[in-house]
Amino acid sequence: MVWIKIKRILKAGFINFWRNGWVSLATILIMVITLFSIGSLFFARAILGTMLSQIQDKVDISIYFKTNAPEEDILSLKDSISKLAEVKSVDYVSAEQALADFKERHKDNALITQSLEEIGENPLGATLNVKAKEPSQYEVVAKFLEAQSNSPSGSDIDKINYFQNKLVIDRLAKILDSAKKLGATVSIILVIISVLITFNTIRLAIYISRDEIGVMRLVGASGKFVSGPFVIEGMIYGIVSAAITIVLFYPLTLWLGPITESFFTDINLFHYYISNFGQLFLVLILTGIILGGLSSFIAIRRYLKV
Amino acid sequence: MIFFDKVSKIYSPTSTALEEVSFAVEPREFISLVGQSGAGKTTLLKLLLAEEKPTAGRVFFESTDVHQIPKKELPFFRRKIGTIFEDFRLLPNKTAYENIAFAMEAAGKTPEEIERDVPQVLELTNLVDRSWHFPDELSRGERQRVAIARAIINQPEVIIADEPTGNLDPLNTWEIINILKKINELGTTVLLATHNKTIIDSLGRRVITLEKGKIVRDDKEGRYVM
Repeated sequence: MVWIKIKRILKAGFINFWRNGWVSLATILIMVITLFSIGSLFFARAILGTMLSQIQDKVDISIYFKTNAPEEDILSLKDSISKLAEVKSVDYVSAEQALADFKERHKDNALITQSLEEIGENPLGATLNVKAKEPSQYEVVAKFLEAQSNSPSGSDIDKINYFQNKLVIDRLAKILDSAKKLGATVSIILVIISVLITFNTIRLAIYISRDEIGVMRLVGASGKFVSGPFVIEGMIYGIVSAAITIVLFYPLTLWLGPITESFFTDINLFHYYISNFGQLFLVLILTGIILGGLSSFIAIRRYLKV
Repeated sequence: MIFFDKVSKIYSPTSTALEEVSFAVEPREFISLVGQSGAGKTTLLKLLLAEEKPTAGRVFFESTDVHQIPKKELPFFRRKIGTIFEDFRLLPNKTAYENIAFAMEAAGKTPEEIERDVPQVLELTNLVDRSWHFPDELSRGERQRVAIARAIINQPEVIIADEPTGNLDPLNTWEIINILKKINELGTTVLLATHNKTIIDSLGRRVITLEKGKIVRDDKEGRYVM
């Protein structure tokens, strides 16, 4: 008996969906926009995430040592820096390595190559590149380094570029932080707006059927039997919209892929779309089903009072 | 089987639809409710269906107070009453067959019962060749016959017909009235609200006359008197 009821409700839902052609189409269009904005969020998050980590990766503190600084002193400083909780990594670049890098970078510049040969000895000192886990933590690391350079053992240190870059690093940390917050706020507002629009569209679709609902009640249909098909219909809207949306992302990311790759270097949207297809589809289809079903359920309740 | 006990319905201080209306309906009766528009006929029928609540008084169906029925059990109660309206109230997205079958589905009948009963009722109402048409593809008379078929499909104890012929031409009107008479002869109580004088006079059955929310006449073999 229960099975027959469920079958009837499902069937009625599908039939209503099909026979309400124009209303279904309009609702699906609105829902596609909603799911599209949610899907775009998915991609935007990926781009922003890669971009942030790229920029964060570029921020570091370099400690330049005097040319005559003994290597073991440098390595012991490296060890003590590594022990800080805020530090992600410390790279040691020896004086020889620094010279090789420098030569490589300027190999086309005859004047520089010539000058280097003129000098004869290595004018460059060793360097330590320190990376913190979060941009905001450079302050702590810098304080530690400042204390080190003022101590007697710090006489080997030539300069620490943080104090020159401090302003830039601080500002960048702030920008990154507010970009994250702004992004989250904007996307939440966007999602709320589109959810409300979808809810209203479905409410309107059910409002059209309010007389029918009254008739069904008078014929002796129970509340569940009346509302069931509408909820199923809402869920079908969600499934169809999710399918349309995910298909729409294919040509879009195919087109945007190379552009994003050359712009953000690390991420190709199309590859991201392909490799996260399952997850994206799951997110869209679940959102669609919940949004459609729940909106119908809430919207129909007021017409069931007869 | 139906008993109105001093029922009043006041929509607002200036509009009183019914005032202390009392009457009883016996099983298998064919009662006509007459009165001008606004006399309270529709309100009375709505009260019986528990579509509206009375301001005072009580409405009994068999021995239950209709307005004490919990919301969850209301559908079961309504399946005992078949309803027919002036504006048909069919489900526009369902065919004639589906409209009738819907009432059975709602009542939880099995597919076998539906396949057996719906064609029978379609035959009774002379709609066999129209069964797969949608309401807007049917004439008014045909639509009303679908509504009647839907009302009787679950073999209700009472049929309520609120101005069922208000929108129909004389030929269709007589067809509808004849179907109602036939249903009544088969043992169903019929409550017919109308202001069609010729129908009432030709029926020769009990007539309750309402005027400004009050019962002014209740005749066993009544005629339309205004």
